[in-house]
Amino acid sequence: MAVDRPNALCGTIFVALGAFFAWQSLNLEIGSAFRMGPGFFPLGLASILILLGLVIIGYAFRVGGEPVGAIAWRGIVLILPAPIFFGLTVRGLGFVPAIFFTALIASFASAKMRLVPAVLLSAALTVFTAFVFVQALGLPFRLFGPWL
Amino acid sequence: MDLFDNLSLGFSTATTLFNLGFCLMGVLLGTLIGVLPGIGPTATIAMLLPITFQIGDPVSSLIMLAGIYYGAQYGGSTTAILINLPGESSSAVTAIDGYQMARKGRAGAALAVAAIGSFFAGTVSTFLVALLAPPLTAIALQFGAAEYFSLMVVGLVSSVALAHGSIIKALAMVVLGLLLGLVGTDIYSGAPRFNLGIREYSDGLNFVAVAVGVFGIAEILRNLEDEHERTVLIKSVTGLMPTRDDWRRMVAPILRGTALGSALGILPGGGAILASFASYTVEKRVSKHPEEFGKGAIEGVAGPESANNAGAQTSFIPLLTLGIPANPVMALMIGAMIIQGIVPGPNVATEQPALFWGIIASMWIGNLMLIVLNLPLIGLWVKLLTIPYYVLFPIIMGFCSIGVYSVNSNVYDLYSVAFFGILGYALVKLRCEPAPLLLGFVLGPLLEENLRRAMIISRGDPSVFVTRPISATLLFIALAVLVVVFLPAVRKKREEVFVEES
Repeated sequence: MAVDRPNALCGTIFVALGAFFAWQSLNLEIGSAFRMGPGFFPLGLASILILLGLVIIGYAFRVGGEPVGAIAWRGIVLILPAPIFFGLTVRGLGFVPAIFFTALIASFASAKMRLVPAVLLSAALTVFTAFVFVQALGLPFRLFGPWL
Repeated sequence: MDLFDNLSLGFSTATTLFNLGFCLMGVLLGTLIGVLPGIGPTATIAMLLPITFQIGDPVSSLIMLAGIYYGAQYGGSTTAILINLPGESSSAVTAIDGYQMARKGRAGAALAVAAIGSFFAGTVSTFLVALLAPPLTAIALQFGAAEYFSLMVVGLVSSVALAHGSIIKALAMVVLGLLLGLVGTDIYSGAPRFNLGIREYSDGLNFVAVAVGVFGIAEILRNLEDEHERTVLIKSVTGLMPTRDDWRRMVAPILRGTALGSALGILPGGGAILASFASYTVEKRVSKHPEEFGKGAIEGVAGPESANNAGAQTSFIPLLTLGIPANPVMALMIGAMIIQGIVPGPNVATEQPALFWGIIASMWIGNLMLIVLNLPLIGLWVKLLTIPYYVLFPIIMGFCSIGVYSVNSNVYDLYSVAFFGILGYALVKLRCEPAPLLLGFVLGPLLEENLRRAMIISRGDPSVFVTRPISATLLFIALAVLVVVFLPAVRKKREEVFVEES
């Protein structure tokens, strides 16, 4: 039997997220319809989400879907760590190194980027943002942090 | 007269040099990012949102934000006409005939018509907002918790109806958004919820982080899937001034588009998109030479562009009077208002008249700036179209990181960006529209609060939602919308519309 995998996966994601919220809600006070506890509304929503997820999984067995198409693996591997890197280092290393490496990491998400342009671009961005955000707008960043 | 007193208060607020400056900055930045490849208005606003927080004054920052919105929309139409790449779904219609006009060497006229139509529609609908907002506010002040709950249900259901693709998936996205909106601390009991024990999330997930992740990052990843060269046919744009024949042909479509757009824009859930489609269909039907449509008919640009802009304007009505966002962009505006310490809703008009009328007046000023600035600057925008994408997204990532962090100085917000980036990308790949999720996210806490309050007032009797007339009517509308979208005939037609669009 053919299974439409994108829909099956999509339904599974919703069921899993619904299950997470339902499980967490059960640890909270549910209360009654009159005096709802913190768990009442989310438990209801999570149940609906699980139900909808199951319906989507059900569809996967009935109708064929379209293929998902190309997936930007290189993008995922290099774009997502960029903000995480910024978060991990902005306080320790300071603004200048954090933003420079954030941009540099992100640059290589494109197969067309070369090392020298990437470094130049990141450096230009660093100078520009340090000037605009830290000097002109006065955001409370330290240009160089205590780790250096 | 009250209306004129109010408008003059608005204009005196909006025309201070300070606010004019921010309006101009917003319009320019919005257009700049809107014409850059691969970034639609919602992503543009999500990215620029943090910058507006650096302005201390909420009035100025909301004026700038509104400017970014018009600018981004205008930018979207520009790319639609010049390179057949609509930045957002509501300018998808413009691309049909606008791009054909451009190929025939009439890009200048197409751009001018789009700008003139938008400006006219913007003027009329700004006036409509000013006219309709006070009575609606008066009605809204009568609303109790039950009415608010039902109204939000209508908003969420309409966003489902107007989302692309599967209705079930859109419903699931709304529910997921509502749940994500509940992360943080329960307001009644103070109990921490769904924060995985991370103290940094006890104020809830950062709205900007969610928006940047789901719209911005997901969009970048989609653009990286297949990096092809963009070909810009039009090297320079000449002949901006429409000919006499053009003028004659565009008047009626602009008027009809404005009327359609104004009416549909008030609908919660993305009326502007619907408006441009409806306008295109109407123009094609009433035209004496329908065969020209799709081959560069000027009516096909004038009508939808006016409808689109009128709808964009009137979608501020539910936001300003009820505090209910009509589309994801309005959801971003609500998020911005909350961060600025303003509780969106009917009280804004009475408690902060300068803010309320200032925003309305700045809409018109923003539109005026667009037409004055953008037609002469068109050469610059054309040059921007040729910037390769791989240069852009590292810059975008840098700005996003700084922006998201600067909202609360919370590094966990940056981790949320990554999480919602991958979640948003996965869901988009699986054909789930992100807009309902964002609406749900904004409305989640409000919906819960009003539900609980209504139930406490009624002592646990759920019939309160159907015994109060306004609430019952609203719930009936929501139900009717749901039934209609599930009807087989409508379902088929709806799929056709969205297929045509993509």
